[in-house]
This record gives sequence, structure tokens and C-alpha cells, in this order.
Amino acid sequence: MPLTPVLSAHWDEPDSYTLEGYRRHGGYDALALAFAKQPDDVISLVKDSGLRGRGGAGFPTGMKWGFVPQGDGKPHYLVVNADESEPGACKDVPLMLANPHSLVEGVVIASYAIRANHAFIYIRGEVPHAIRRVGAAVREAYAAGLLGTDIQGSGFDLEVTVHAGAGAYICGEETALLDSLEGFRGQPRLKPPFPAVAGLYASPTVVNNVETIASVPSIVTNGADWYTSYGSEKSPGVKLFAVSGHVERPGIFEAPMGTTMRELLEWAGGMRKGHRLKFWVPGGSSVPLLTEEHLDTPYTYEDIAAAGSMLGTGTPMVFDETTSVTRAVTRWLEFYKHESCGKCTPCREGTYWLVDLLRRLENGAGSHDDITKINEVSEQIAGRSFCALGDAAATPFPGAIKYFADEIELGTHTAASELYDPVAATVFAGVNA
Amino acid sequence: MAIAENTRAQMREVLDRYPRKRSALMPLLHLVQADDGHVSREGLTLVAEMTELSEAEVTAVSSFYTMYLKREGGRVRVGVCINSLCAVLGGDEIWEALADHCGVGNHQTTDDGAVTLERIECQAACTYAPVMTANWEFLDDMTVAKAKQVVDDARAGRPIMSTRGPVVRSFADAERTIAGVDDQLNSEGDHRDDRMLAGLRLAQANGDAERSAAAERQAAEKVRGS
Repeated sequence: MPLTPVLSAHWDEPDSYTLEGYRRHGGYDALALAFAKQPDDVISLVKDSGLRGRGGAGFPTGMKWGFVPQGDGKPHYLVVNADESEPGACKDVPLMLANPHSLVEGVVIASYAIRANHAFIYIRGEVPHAIRRVGAAVREAYAAGLLGTDIQGSGFDLEVTVHAGAGAYICGEETALLDSLEGFRGQPRLKPPFPAVAGLYASPTVVNNVETIASVPSIVTNGADWYTSYGSEKSPGVKLFAVSGHVERPGIFEAPMGTTMRELLEWAGGMRKGHRLKFWVPGGSSVPLLTEEHLDTPYTYEDIAAAGSMLGTGTPMVFDETTSVTRAVTRWLEFYKHESCGKCTPCREGTYWLVDLLRRLENGAGSHDDITKINEVSEQIAGRSFCALGDAAATPFPGAIKYFADEIELGTHTAASELYDPVAATVFAGVNA
Repeated sequence: MAIAENTRAQMREVLDRYPRKRSALMPLLHLVQADDGHVSREGLTLVAEMTELSEAEVTAVSSFYTMYLKREGGRVRVGVCINSLCAVLGGDEIWEALADHCGVGNHQTTDDGAVTLERIECQAACTYAPVMTANWEFLDDMTVAKAKQVVDDARAGRPIMSTRGPVVRSFADAERTIAGVDDQLNSEGDHRDDRMLAGLRLAQANGDAERSAAAERQAAEKVRGS
């Protein structure tokens, strides 16, 4: 598979994040093309492109936009989910640092399509430099008449508010994000109603991921046929893949959907010298891990699902043979426990017990009953909480035991740190200065 | 502690950004922290007045989010990512070493008031693991030695350079930036590192970048012609 730098095509230019840098390569040209169309035709174009949500769930973007009732007399809102906090996900923050105007242009086009006159970009609070870059891009766009009233003589008005969170993974869940944006604790809402009908301030709202929205200008400029010429029928287009972990050259690779992990691994220089792959997680800690036998699985929603995992954010974490899978899973569960908002009992209590049981196994003090109990508790959480955080918390252990039952079993008598020297797993293993 | 007039003016600007006052709650609380270093009693009362909420409603929100602090911390909040990937790649060793070096635990502050250590969750910077932050600016590709240097610099009042952003600023300044106040530091830092450009450079070297761009040009012409 070739690499296809589209969003990342000009990241090597020092001013790629400025209006001038963006316009040098046709930035904001898509806006005029979009304004020349009826809003419904923009929605149709995005539907035809097959673009799917890049935040993890993979919902078809054009369909989401089409769910917004029109002529209902209510204000509509676009909310960009820039709360990138999923362990392993590291593509939206880099995009906001290097190319925030692609996001702003996408915001204008998407808002025009769904007939929203106010859009919000909800960025996690812990990334001030991304907040700076996006904030500056929005200010530049206002000054250039690309935001505000009667944008480029189109008669279309749009206000954009950049909003920062305050440290809560749960706000990446779209309804929790909306509650947070309304000034409440970020806790998920019961669906239905879905945000498209009753979202922000109970008005029709579209919530889309950063990469999803930033992909829209290129689709408008180059057409749906161009987009569908990449990837598979069900998973078209190109994507920012971010490879992290025990590889020689971690980094971001923009490539067509359908690229395999074997190709990504090769681009990343392979496993670090002298080591071999143990397991990899295709798209954030909320999806089941995979192993070497899955390296040739195409990175499409359908193929990764058939392999028993999910594409998620498309940001693979790679671990080599020095890694204790019990330790990795325990730490992910500690994360879900920490980030559970507490609204639903199965998730709030279940994550507490999972951490307790997993720590015993990590410390070599577990029992066979504990393993059974972890599976049971996972089953009790999955599908029994308002939002996907519960399901996500129930994912790592069943995913791990499928391939590493023997190793996990060792936790009944031997500590993970004895089985796997933590120092050997570090990037500065043995050469710690 | 008092909320300064300048900050009150920034708070009024924040309120104007939202269709409903309550939506301004989070940036307003960040601004309170800019002046008082935590969500102070006075700040809480002021925010409740500005948003026309009860203090209980404001507290319900401020107590939910980890970035809102109940008490003032050190001048530099030093975070070590201890989520699985960073932990395995060295974050756990870094944490142990720093806690030992500083003689404090999680959320605790050194005697000189310089550094508050924190175990933090994933910072969306996994290609740079192990990752740390100082007043929320990125410190990438950390080692134990580099981590100790950060803490030593913080305690000596020396500047700390972030890896992709500006020189680390005060907690107060960071909170103002997070609340959306323009700090004019947008151009600081260089995003063009080997992680960001890994794919692009490879694509340029093997001709993929030119082929991809040509496909775009061709498709765009077709769109314009139709």
C-alpha cells in the first residue's frame, strides 16, 4: 500500500499551522465550492464519500449529518470532539498542532451543511499548545472573513467557540461532552434521543471527531470518487495512523484504509532491534489486543472486527516480548477505574473490583477463582452501562486472556515483575543515563 | 486571595462566547485558578454569581474534573504519564525516580513549594513515550536523567524548555491559556519532528507523496470541470 499524505502533506513546512501556510496549498478553496452547493448536496457528497467517524465508533458521517431535522425552527450546533484522551490515541492533537486550519475549514463546511450557526471545538484541557494553535487559527479565520457574518458573501453566518475541558476522559463520549459543554459534570446521557435530535441545549447537534471534520475540505475539493478510490467499499478513504511503542521509529503515517499492520510496522522501522512482537492494540485501549497472526489484517472497520477487535482510533500500540500483558491490562483497568464518571453502578463498582483482582494477579497473589471472577465482572459491566466506557473497561482482559491465558495463569504464583523485568521493557533499557 | 480586575475582565469576555452562561463555567474556573492557584472560596462565589448558579452547583462541577484543584500546589506541576504504554516504556521507572528524588508522592508538593508531582493519564502523545508534562506543556521522550533535570531546573527557578511548545510558563499563565486567553505564543515550538514527519518523509522519498498529490490534482480538476 502506498502512503497518501493528504492532511499531513505539508506538515514539513514551518508555518503549516498558519492561515498563510494553509492557503499556500489551496486552503479554504473548498469553502467556495461548498457554498456553491445547496447544504443538502454537501451532505450527499459526504454520504457518497463514505467518510466514517475517525473518533473510534466509525459511524458514517454523512448519515449523521442527515439525521439533523431541517426547518424545525431550532438552532443547530456542530461540536467538534477534540478531547483526544484514549490511551494510545495520538493523532488529533498532532493534527491540531500542525494543521488546525483544515479543522476550521471543515467546521465551516459541516456547519453550513447541517445549518448550524454556532460551532464549538471541545479540546481537552491538558494540551495548551493545541488550544493555542486552534485558537489562533480561529482568530485568523475571523480576521480574514472566513468566520463570522456573511462568510465570503455566502449569506452564511458562523460563530466558533474554542472550549477547553478540565481533565476527564469521559468527556470524549459525545453526550458526556455535551453535558460538560453545558457546564455540568461530564456524565453520559441515555440515548435515545440522540444528539442529532436533542443535543446541545436540547437542540439538534452533530458531534464529530477532529480528523473526521478535517477530512471534509479535501473531500469537497477532490470529490467523493477520489475518496472512495482509497480503502474498501465499507471503509473508504485515507487515515492518520499513529504507531507507538516498541518500534524503531514511532510516528504518524497517513495511508489508505486497508493498510495492514505489517505495512505500518515496516514503515515504523520494525520492532526495536533484537526484539519481537508480542501483541498490538489496533485503536486505543478500548479495543481487544491482537497478535502476530493478525499482522496482515487490513485496517478496515470490517476486517479488524472479523479478526476479533475494532479499528477504534487507528493508532496502534505495539508491545514486544519484554512486556507483561497482565501489567499492561491492569494499568488500563486502573485508568478506566480512575475515569469512570460514577453514574452507572456496573462500571463504577465493576472497575473497582477489576483493578483489585488484577493487581492480585500482577503481584503473583491471584487465584484461579480471581480469573473466573474477572471474566464474570467484565461480563456484568459490558452492555450494562449508559456509555461505551463501561464496555471499554470490560474489553482488555477478555481480549488478553484469549491469547495469553498461560501467562495470566502464572499470576496465581509469580509476580509479573519477576516474569518480565520492567527495566528490559523501557526504551532506555540497560542504558539508563 | 483576590480575583484581579484584569481577570474579571477576561471572565466577562469568556461569558460572551457562549449562548448560555452556564457553559462558561469551565473556562471561568480555569481563570479562578490562574489567580488563586486553586478553586478558591472567593473564586467559587464569583463564578456562581457570574453564571447565576448556586455555589453547590459550581462545586459539583469543580469537584468532578481533575484539573480543578482543591488546594494550591507548587509553582510547576510535573506530570508523569503512567498509563500502560508510557509506564512500560519507562514511565514507571521515571515516576519512582522522581518521587524518590523529590521526596514526595502523588499530588504532593516539595518543601520549597517548587514542584507538585502528579501521576497523569494518557496525554495523546504516545509516539513520544515516555511522556511528561510541566504545567501541561509537553516533555517528550523522557528518561530518568532528563526527568530529574526538569525537577532540578524547576526548583532552581531555571527555565524549562518544552519539546513542542514554548518555554514552560507559570501555572497561572497556563490556566489563562487553557481558558482561551490569547498568550501570543502560538508560533512557539516546532511541530516538525521525526514522529510528525515519519510518514511524510517516507512518502516523499519513495515517490508516494508526488503520486498522492497528482491524484488529488486530477480529481480536483474533475470536480471543478463538472
